[in-house]
Amino acid sequence: MKKLSHYCITGLFLLLFTIHLSAQDEDLLKLVGGQEKPTKERIKYAFKSPRVINSHSMEFLNPGTMDFRILHRFGQLDQGYKNFFGLDQASMRMGFDFGILQNLMVGVGRSTYKKELDAFIKYAPVRQSTGPWSSPVTFALVSGITMDGLEWADPNRKNFFTSKLAYYFQAIIGRKFSEAFTLQVSPTMVHKNLVQLQTDPNNIYAIGVGGRLKLSQRIAFTWDYSHVIIGMPDSGYYHPLSVGLDIETGGHVFQLHFSNSTGMNERAFITETTGQFGKGEVRFGFNLSRVFQIKKKKHQK
Amino acid sequence: MKNIFLLAATLLFLATTGFTQKFYTKSGKIDFDATSASSPEKIEGVNRTATCVVDTKTGAIQFAVLMKGFAFERALMEEHFNENYVESHKFPKAEFKGTITNNETVNYSKDGTYSVTVKGKLTMHGETKDVETQGKLVIQGGKVNANASFNVLLSDFKIAIPGLVADKVSKTAKIIVSCSLEPLKS
Repeated sequence: MKKLSHYCITGLFLLLFTIHLSAQDEDLLKLVGGQEKPTKERIKYAFKSPRVINSHSMEFLNPGTMDFRILHRFGQLDQGYKNFFGLDQASMRMGFDFGILQNLMVGVGRSTYKKELDAFIKYAPVRQSTGPWSSPVTFALVSGITMDGLEWADPNRKNFFTSKLAYYFQAIIGRKFSEAFTLQVSPTMVHKNLVQLQTDPNNIYAIGVGGRLKLSQRIAFTWDYSHVIIGMPDSGYYHPLSVGLDIETGGHVFQLHFSNSTGMNERAFITETTGQFGKGEVRFGFNLSRVFQIKKKKHQK
Repeated sequence: MKNIFLLAATLLFLATTGFTQKFYTKSGKIDFDATSASSPEKIEGVNRTATCVVDTKTGAIQFAVLMKGFAFERALMEEHFNENYVESHKFPKAEFKGTITNNETVNYSKDGTYSVTVKGKLTMHGETKDVETQGKLVIQGGKVNANASFNVLLSDFKIAIPGLVADKVSKTAKIIVSCSLEPLKS
């Protein structure tokens, strides 16, 4: 009898087991899921473009792509109809940026303002990610050089080639807080080999604050401000502020904005912004960015 | 008496293990193709991390795929796919839950090629739609190869194509599934 009850219990147990199994058939995927290890995943698309407006953004180009950028800054709005609110005058910069690695890019550009050439290298040792060993922010470093292309102001004196050069060094700490909101802070130092006046400092220190607020899937509000902390000349120069809209249309990103600076490289807009935003000395401008895939990704077939 | 219980227990045991064999994979391949006749370039992505489970007893077949896992030849296309079209941050997964309607014609223990009809619900971009398609099951050496292809209307899944690129992106996407399934030991 003891044995009988033993079998009874075994039978019942097995019966329960069968019921249990068939109940699981509802979601077959659960049978194989759940064992995946959490993986580190990079947070992507913090900005639509590797530039906020003027400043470098925490975002990088994808490896194997080239970003062809055409930047325009028009004249001051307060000039009125006479100059068609500034549209009669234009200053431009043409740039070619290349994505080399997922966290490394380089670029060159040429501006009409001071016929200046510029080049930069941008590298991010840390990128914002989720999962184990992740970082809440992206940390990137930028180093750039600019070369004035104007004739010597005084050809009779002894001129040095290095006098044409200026350098900038920047750290970017940025975080994509949500799909809609991204904020970054970027301490920057600009070194000019030659300055205009003896009293002008060679080293200028600034801190930039840039961000993005997505309004819809393809339109975002952006702002880009740099506050010069040390080295601001006594008069005539102001902190550069730009506010604008990023509009994405297929392969292009249009950045339409209003800015008080004409310069389109770090030396120019941080140290030579002459417009006062509050007084309407503002210019309309746009950046047109077109990304080309120059090296095809290995297509898995 | 003892024997009856023994027999019952054995039968129950067989019922639980012998007949409910399932096949699965975690590396199924799913191609996504939204190239239209007037597209300037191929719009196709491939995902090689699809999960698929088939229950040979009931004919139930289920898929799950992470949208972020689709790789495109052009990085910008991949960005647009995730950011603007399927919104993979909001809807990370696509799932299919269905059944092989003519499951009884498939002999999973015998090598061969079987034509099957699969009917079920596809969930993508937060929308669920009925899908029915013809596919092939190839049984070979205890493994199952599942292949199927079908078209989905992107507007059914509330995936909007802006007017500016309306002629460059197809309104329907072709989904090609090919999975090599192995027995699931439970």
